[in-house]
Formats: sequence, C-alpha cells, structure tokens
Amino acid sequence: MKLTCLSKGDGFQYPPCHILNLCGFRILIDCPLDLLAITIFSPVPCDVEASEYSSLDAQNPVQKKQKLEREMTPADLVCAEPWYKTVKALHLWEVSLIDVVLISNPMGVLGLPFLTQNPGFCAKIYMTEATAKIGQLMMEDLVSMHMEFRGFYGPEDSSFPGWMKNLDREEVPALLKKVVFGESGDDLGSWMRLYSLDDIKSCMKKVQAVNYAEEVCYNGTLVMKALSSGLDIGACNWLINGPHGSLSYVSDSIFVSHHAKSFDFHGLKGNDVMIYSDFSCLQSTELTENGCNSPDTATNSEKKDENLAASLLDTEESLEELEKLAFVCSCAAESADAGGSTLITITQIGIVLQLLELMSNSLESSSLKVPIFVISSVAEELLAYTNTIPEWLCKQRQEKLISGEPSFGHLKFIKDKKIHLFPAIHSPNLITSWQEPCIVFAPHSSLRLGPSVQLLQRWRGDPKSLLVLEDGLSSGLGLLPFRPIAMKILQCSFLSGIRLQKLPTLLSVLQPKRVLVPDVVNQRINLTEIKTNSILKYSENKTLRVPRITANPDVEIMAELASKLSWRKLRQRENFGIARLKGELLMKDGKYRLVSGLEQEESSGKARPLRHWGSVAPETLVDALLKMGITGSVEHSTGEDGSEDNRIIHVTNPSSGLIETSEMGTTIITDDENIASQIFQAIDGILDGI
Amino acid sequence: MAIDCLILGAGQEIDFSLLSKTGDFDKELSCIIITHFHMDHVGALPYFTEVCGYNGPIYMSYPTKALSPLMLEDYRRVMVDRRGEEELFTTTHIANCMKKVIALDLKQTIQVDQDLQIRGYYAGHVIGAVMVYAKVGDAAIVYTGDYNMTTDRHLGAAKIERLQLDLLISESTYATTIRGSKYPREREFLQAVHKCVAGGGKALIPSFALGRAQELCMLLDDYWERMNIKVPIYFSSGLTIQANMYYKMLISWTSQNVKEKHATHNPFDFKNVKDFDRSLIHAPGPCVLFATPGMLCAGFSLEVFKHWAPSPLNLVALPGYSVAGTVGHKLMSGKPTTVDLYNGTKVDVRCKIHQVAFSPHTDAKGIMDLTKFLSPKNVVLVHGEKPSMMSLKDKITSELNIPCFVPANGETVSFTSTTFIKATASDTFLKSCSSPNFKFSNSTQLHVTDQRTADGVLVVEKNKKSKIVHQDEVSEVLNEKNHEVSLAYCCPVKGKGESEDVDLIKELSEKITETVSGTQIHESGNCLQVGSFKGTLCLKDKCVHRSEISSSEGVFLCCNWSVADLELGWKIINVIKQNL
Repeated sequence: MKLTCLSKGDGFQYPPCHILNLCGFRILIDCPLDLLAITIFSPVPCDVEASEYSSLDAQNPVQKKQKLEREMTPADLVCAEPWYKTVKALHLWEVSLIDVVLISNPMGVLGLPFLTQNPGFCAKIYMTEATAKIGQLMMEDLVSMHMEFRGFYGPEDSSFPGWMKNLDREEVPALLKKVVFGESGDDLGSWMRLYSLDDIKSCMKKVQAVNYAEEVCYNGTLVMKALSSGLDIGACNWLINGPHGSLSYVSDSIFVSHHAKSFDFHGLKGNDVMIYSDFSCLQSTELTENGCNSPDTATNSEKKDENLAASLLDTEESLEELEKLAFVCSCAAESADAGGSTLITITQIGIVLQLLELMSNSLESSSLKVPIFVISSVAEELLAYTNTIPEWLCKQRQEKLISGEPSFGHLKFIKDKKIHLFPAIHSPNLITSWQEPCIVFAPHSSLRLGPSVQLLQRWRGDPKSLLVLEDGLSSGLGLLPFRPIAMKILQCSFLSGIRLQKLPTLLSVLQPKRVLVPDVVNQRINLTEIKTNSILKYSENKTLRVPRITANPDVEIMAELASKLSWRKLRQRENFGIARLKGELLMKDGKYRLVSGLEQEESSGKARPLRHWGSVAPETLVDALLKMGITGSVEHSTGEDGSEDNRIIHVTNPSSGLIETSEMGTTIITDDENIASQIFQAIDGILDGI
Repeated sequence: MAIDCLILGAGQEIDFSLLSKTGDFDKELSCIIITHFHMDHVGALPYFTEVCGYNGPIYMSYPTKALSPLMLEDYRRVMVDRRGEEELFTTTHIANCMKKVIALDLKQTIQVDQDLQIRGYYAGHVIGAVMVYAKVGDAAIVYTGDYNMTTDRHLGAAKIERLQLDLLISESTYATTIRGSKYPREREFLQAVHKCVAGGGKALIPSFALGRAQELCMLLDDYWERMNIKVPIYFSSGLTIQANMYYKMLISWTSQNVKEKHATHNPFDFKNVKDFDRSLIHAPGPCVLFATPGMLCAGFSLEVFKHWAPSPLNLVALPGYSVAGTVGHKLMSGKPTTVDLYNGTKVDVRCKIHQVAFSPHTDAKGIMDLTKFLSPKNVVLVHGEKPSMMSLKDKITSELNIPCFVPANGETVSFTSTTFIKATASDTFLKSCSSPNFKFSNSTQLHVTDQRTADGVLVVEKNKKSKIVHQDEVSEVLNEKNHEVSLAYCCPVKGKGESEDVDLIKELSEKITETVSGTQIHESGNCLQVGSFKGTLCLKDKCVHRSEISSSEGVFLCCNWSVADLELGWKIINVIKQNL
C-alpha cells in the first residue's frame, strides 16, 4: 500500500486530497477546488463604480511601478473572468490510471468535472447520495454565479488565459504572485477555466451514489463503505476492505453534530491501517498552544473502552458550537435593532440550516419584524432536499422526522413568508418583497461570486450593518475590493474536525494496527505514548510506502471442492495432512475464493505425486522392488572425494535398468516403460510426496 | 442453518411460546426485523417487547419507524374502542417500543452481532417496505416480505442485486395471478369515477390510510388537473392527511418519477384534495371521498356507505383485496341488493360497484422473475392460498429447477447451507494462479486459450490454520529437503548419414511436433527441451544412461525428464525410437 498526499488542503472549503495505491488500484480521495484563490480576481463591479474601475485599469505601467512597496489596492486584483485553482499535484498523475475516486464530502466534489472531462478518465466514482446531490447543487450554483463574470467580460476565445500574461511582472504584489504561482512558483498549471453545466451533468452521470453504510464492491477486490463523519450532511469517512486487510480513511470529523449524523467511529474499530486525514487543527491557533501535551493518555489505558468512547462524545464542544451560532444570531438581531442589515456568506450547509432555524426562531420570539432572504440559485432545491434525508441527520432531527415534523425548521417560516427564497438578486419578485433592514444568506464565501458582492458594495459604508464571514478570509485578499468598510465584521470559525487533544483517545478506542498521520499533525501532538499502534508520518507530495500487516491473505475453499480432496498422510508427522488442490481462484467481495475449475482434472486420487521429500535407502528399495517381482542389487560407487553420495542399484530382472539415488534425488534409468513405472511406485512408497 | 433467531415481521396472532419455552427471548433471538408497517407484520411488536419482555435489537426502515406508531395506534383504537376487545398493549407501550427501534437506510449493511449481518433492499409494497438479506457465516438468505415487482405511481418496483443465496423466502399472495398492464385498469377506474361525478353522484373509495389511498389520489389528482374537473376530492380522516405529510418527507423512498419532480412540486401536495367533514355526508352535489378503513369493515367508511349506497347515482370503488366477511367482500363477490351492515342493520345497495384491481403485491410472473434473477439454492413460499402456492411450487421446480417448499405453519424445513473452508494462501501460490497459462491450438484457426487453474497444495496441521502453498513450497513448510525423482535414458538416434548435429535436432523436433500435439519445443545447439524433458546429444563413448552398451557407434540422445512429464517423456522416446 502506498499513500501520496497531493494536498493538505485548507480548512472546510478545501479538503485534503490523496492518492492511495491499494491492491494494485489507484484510488483518488477527494477532488476539491481552492476556492479562496479566486480572491485574486476583482469582483464584477456594480454599475456605479464601473467607470472608476475601467479608469484604474487604464493606468499606465509607469504609475503601476510606483506601487511596488506599498499596500495592495483593489486595482491590483486581476480584472478578468476568474479561473479556478485545482490541486496542483493531481495534474502530474495520468488521469486514465486512476481506478477509483472516493469523495468524502460535498466540497470534495467541486473539482471533479475537471477530471471527468478528460477523455482518458475511466475511474469509478463513489460518493454518498447526499454528497452527490449537495455537491451537484453547489457546482450548479457556482456555474450560475460565475455567469455574471462571463456576461461582464464576454466570451474568451483563446484557450490561453489572458489574465496570466502580466502577472510575473515585478510590480505585481508578492501576495498575489504567491496565490497565482504558489510557494514554489509552479502552480500556474493548476488554474482551470470553470466547467459548464453540461460538464457537471456528464460528471454526475459517472457517479455511483451509495446509501448510508452501503457496501459497494470495486472489481470484486475492494469493498467500500461510507460512514458518517459528522462534518456536514452527507460527509463521510471510508472503510475499505480488501484481501490484504482493512483500511479506514478518517477525514475531518465531528463527534457530536447538531445537524449532520455524528461521527460514526464505532464502525471503524480494529482496522489494519487508519489514514488520519484531519488537518483541521492547522486552522486554529488555539489548539497549537495546548495541543502539544496529550492530557490523559497515561490514564487512558486503564479506562475501559466505553469510558473512552464516552469521553469522545462529551457535549462540551458541541455546546460551544451552539453558543457560537447563538452569538451570530444575537449579533444579527442587534444590528437589525439598530436598523442595520446582516449579510451572511457562510457556505457550510449544516451551519446555514442551523442559523436559518435559530434566527427565524429568535426573530419570531422577539418583536423585530425583519425578513430573512436566502439568495441562491439552488436554495429552494437544497432546502427541500435537506428535509428528506433522515439517514444523514443527527438523532434529534431524525426523531423530528419520525414524529412527523420537518427535520429542519425552515419550511414553516418559508410558508409564513418569514424566509424568502430567491434564485438571484435580480429575481423579479425580490424587489417587491425587499425591505431593509434584513438578514441575507448569500453564498459564496469568497466574496467574489454571487449576490454577496452587490450587497456588500451596498452596505459596506453602513456602520450599523453586519457582515458574517468565515474565518481566514479577511487576512487575505477577500475584503480588499470593498475597503474601506464601515460595516461591522464578524468572523466565525466553526469546529471543522477532530480536536487534537482527542486524537490519542480516538486512537485508543479504534485500535488500528497502523496509523498514518500527517507530519504537521505529528509535530503538534506527541503520539509516542500510544504504544499499541505503530505510527507513520506522511507529508504533502511525498509517497509513503506502508508494509503489509497481514502476511498471507485468506482463501475460502468451496466445500464441494474440499470434499473431493484426497489426503495424503505423512510418514513421520501425524499432525499433518496434505492434499493437492486444483480449482479456479476467484476474487469476490474482497476475498479470494477457490472453486471447482471449469476443466476438472481426473479424479485426484489417481494422480501421482510430483514432489517428493525424504531419502531413499537403497536396501529398502531393493526389498520393495523384490516384492513387486523385480530383482536388483546395490552397488556402492564412491565419489571423487571418497564420500558415499551416489548409490546405484542395478536392476536385472525382468528387464535391465539402473537406479541412481543420492540425497538430492533419484533417477530411474531404463528404456522399459513398465519397469520404470513399477520402480517409481516403489520409490513413491518409500518417500513422502505430493 | 443458523438463522433461527430472527423474526421477520411480527403479526397479530403469533404464539410466542413457540420461540422460547422459557420466555427468555433475548437469548433465542438475535434481532427482530420488521419489513413494513402493515399490521400483519408489525402488529404484535409492542406486545412482544413491552409485555413479553423482548429486549434485543429491532430494525426497521426510516419510513416504517415513522409510520408504524400511527398504524399501531389506529389498530389499538379499533380493537378497543370499536370492537370492545381487551387491549394487548397501550399507547405508552407503543411509544416505548418504538424508542428501541433502530432505523435502517436501504442497503445499509449492519453487523448485528459477530455472526449475523443484515441488509434491506427496496421492496416497493408500501412506503418503507424492505426485503431482508441476512447472512450468517457463509450462509445467506433473502426474506422478501411483501413486495411489488412493477412500478407504481408513487412507489418504485422492488430492487435487489444479484446475491449468492442458499434460500429465498418469498411471499406468494398472488401465486397464480398474472396481471397485464395496469393502464387499462387505471383508465377504467378514472372513467368510472368521472362518469359518477359527472352524473352528480358521490364516489366513495374505502381504503386504508397509507398506500392505495396515495396511489389512487395521485391518479385522480392528475386526472382532475388534466380534465379540469372542479369536483372536490376529500380525505376522511386525519390519519391520511398526516400520512401525506410523511410521504412528503420520505420522498427518497418513493418512485423515481416522484423523486425527480419533488424539488419543484411535491406530488404529495395534492392540489384538489380537501379535508372531509362529517356534515358533508349529506351535502348536495358530487364529490369523491377517500374514507378509512378499507374493505368497508367498520368505522367511518362503513357509515358513509350506509348513507350513500341506496342512491343509484353513487359509486363505491373498492381497491385491492377484501377479507371474507367484510362488507367489501360481499360487494365484490356478487351483486347483492341488500347488505347486512352490523347488528342486523340492513341497507339497500343501488349504487354502482367498481372493483379496482390495484394490488401492491407482486403477481406470479413477478415471483418467477425474482426467483430466476436471484437463482437461490432453495425457495420457500409463504403467505397465500395453498392450492395456488402448490402450483407455483411446481412451476419453480420444473421451470427453474430450484427445490421449492411450501411449509405449513409450525412446520420446520431444513437446508444444507454454503460453507467455505478457510485457509491462508502463500504469495507464490497466488502469483502462480494469476500468471497466464496460454495454450495455442492450431486446428484450422489459431486458438489461444488462457485457462488459469489454481494448482496448489493444502497443508493442514493440527490446531493450526490451514495453509495453501505452491508445490515448490511444500517441503519448506514441512521443513524437509526436496527429493527429486526423475527418469533418464540415453536413446540411440540414427541420423541420416553423418548429418550435422543441429540438423538432427531439428529433424527430431519436427517429428516430435507431428506426433505429440500441443507441445512447445525449444531447440538450442545440440539440445532440445519439451517441458521438463531434456535431450542432449550424447558425446560420451560410454554413458551410464545407455541400456545396451552394445555399440558406441551411432548418435545418442541423452534424455532426462521428471515424473511430472512421465507420459510425455515416454511418448518422445517412442517417437525417437520409431525414427530409427
């Protein structure tokens, strides 16, 4: 088995990407897009400022040169139809050699059409049904939001991206260059022009959607199963069983979720190999401080398994998450109170659903009459869909459905016209129901696409208004085109993976024989105290070879075949039985199976042994031959060095022949076929053989 | 077979003492799986868990878990309030029982305990109905529950994958019926209802809350829309309304058609359907009413029937099957002019009667198709009328050549199940199995076959796991030294004159190819090789492998071959001898 980490990703938006070589098959895990990278592009300017932008664009190069050592301005951003950044290292792999693609969450689908539009692509794609549905909607939304750019810049004819031409100039800010060219300067090839709706359609046609914990078998060899990871609706960890053992792929997981079905770690117990691919700890600095010491590993071994499992499920962190959500709601309510609007650009569906529910509830209980708008081309379908998948929702929400209520509370509010859904900001009915202050949910979190651009331009000067962002955006280029901003900004970072402190406990519960941990995680936490596991470290863009654990794979022999075996007893060893086995070796459901072959050999009882061991004492052989009516005499021939290693029996009756025997073997020398067979029978009687 | 610890469906009249004499059901049963929410499948569950004290796991699909409590409560009410029977379980029992239920997704594979693995497949009978696949060790069965092999308006057809099965247990409610297309039946039904309401009559459709009600309502709602009919369609009970709510959320368990449409318009949001009020029974004007329960056995539908039956304008459409003894059965089995309702109340029946032959059960063709598709080693038929089951049994036995059984209640049937013997395999063995084994035969056209046979040696040691090794490895495993047994003979070859050695070898190899078919001969210098047979021109004057030391003149081919090629070796020797 070999693992190559192609990208460690960047938080929820950009999950890690790996290539796994297992049983001779290449498995690609996730195919994401680096959506934050599109912040290097300038948003589509709204009408008022269009002229201003074009004048900036027309500035002469001399003026630009002076900008070298100063802060970036909106004019530095690339004014062109955006391209999208894919996983760089993935392009180094021959697409046609990928056998299987496993997708672990909706964000991991976004780059898939780039792969499937390659004519050589022939891999089988597996993802959960919910991921397929949500992923497809997100891609469609992306394409529809992108249309605005295409409308603005017009169709681009050449396949060469014009925007790249001037970016290697000296006066281009380093930050921008770093995003475009990457740390090592070779990222240019990873930029792709966005796919079309047709590409999405043909991509999704190649997908095999799996149900919750459904076992699917690839090529008879690999049996794969998706178990919930808790990160988001439809997000999963993969369990792969093959003839050479079991493997689990653990992506960003959440133990107790308030929207999605929680991390199902019980199903991952006792695997041979566990790939730990949760990089979420890199997102938060808080963990780095106290993450280095793993608190209770020493006492862990004394605790019982259930206690350990229970300690993973403590509600502390999930309560923290609820508090965060409540805080966002209260902030929105505050600004609404003050007459300001709130713009929420969070993309994570589970969070959006919870916020929608919480906000509608809190607005209803208060006297505020503030409308909530959800502006997205797929909002209606997505919100309807989330109420029909109990198997992917947390327990409380499952129970709601079972007692006849919708799993998420938004339906009622939509019916009551408290929540308004619009496919786009220019939807005809939007203007009639528009009213400020209001609360708007508008993807996309990059602040380059979709209605959030216009709304941000509208409200950025209003100090009463509030912008709710995903963490990590403000530090980059995200807000640059909207500066100066008078709006309040609330950055949220929601839990998006396993806290490092819990990793030792998780490993003690799951008891994998080998754990593959990213080197960056290993630097932050001391895992040496876990003795039962052998821990291997993997790094980005390096291939890690993992030696096999189980020495020999199991084979199942069909009972019919086994009943036909003819057993040979061994002279010296009573404990042993050996039998020749002939059949057809099949691979089914990840197991070798030996069945009766098409061409059945002659009844194996008659077949003569082909392999022998032991040694032939000439005297015994002569005796045995005599019983068969063959007479012979022993002649001792001395080897050159005087040792007696070659002994010869002369056969005289009924026909002449010679038997040469040594430690290594026996040769029957005669031209009489019958005598030869008889002598062979005699030898066979003396030796053990099969 | 080890699956003796499984109830698939707990009907009403089960004598649970059959399962365990001591009453320790947890020990006797690994789990309970409920295939769907009909009373004959789930009816006794609360009684079994809450009264008998079963505490083990219970599995059912999400829709079954959601809808069973409604059905159970309705059933309990009918039993107690209407028939005045003693209740088997209470409302609290139902609630407590349902809390213990583990919900399943389709195809979700669950390891119940160390041995038992279960999985549900779409059965299409009612929403949430599953066929159950269960595997213990190497033995596997499928219990179909009730299923439907054709697509409905609101549900899909049963869907299962090819599985290796020792046993298929199939329902056979309609063991001899073969249904044609459902479209003419649908049209007849719609025309009957349309004619009735167009004539100002009232159409009564007695049906149960879940299943046929949705199917027929969808049909009517669609028709109403198309034909622009404004006559109201009513649902009698809250249960049906509530059921529609569930259908809207359980959309992923409905037919493909419904699933595709639901994002824009949920087909269970019926446009023309309204709630019925008791006062509307005598309201003038036409209407269509879905009233529970089906079969006109009791309750509201029977009450409405009493009022509407005497008018010749009206219509009673009876979907599906009616149990003998119910009013529905009486109406279907003839054209009675008066019917006994209850306690001697009689009513004149002058209304039209229309039988809607819509059944969510598969027909005989469906059973045959499923059996053929799954090709199990054995089939057991359950549920149905004995004579028709026997005829289906004969059909399965003769046409599909699969042993089929129709056990009576309480009868036990035993089967031999698949077992595999487990062994570990060495790498050399596995490699040898996958190495190509090309065979060329050259009759008229060149045939290339690649028949890979696994050829190994099974080594069994007491108290240890068996091993499969390659024959070369046996001695190593046994810690012995190989002893090779071979044959040798220095055969005289008389060449034509004093020909060159190479020519002689060529000549011989040609001869060998002629007589010994299917062999590949390698020649090199003064050697030729066929399999393990190796012949070298003997240059020695005296060779120990020569039998007649008669003449040292002439040319000899010193041959050596292993016992594996015993026959081959002799064949070649004979060829060479004949060439003399």
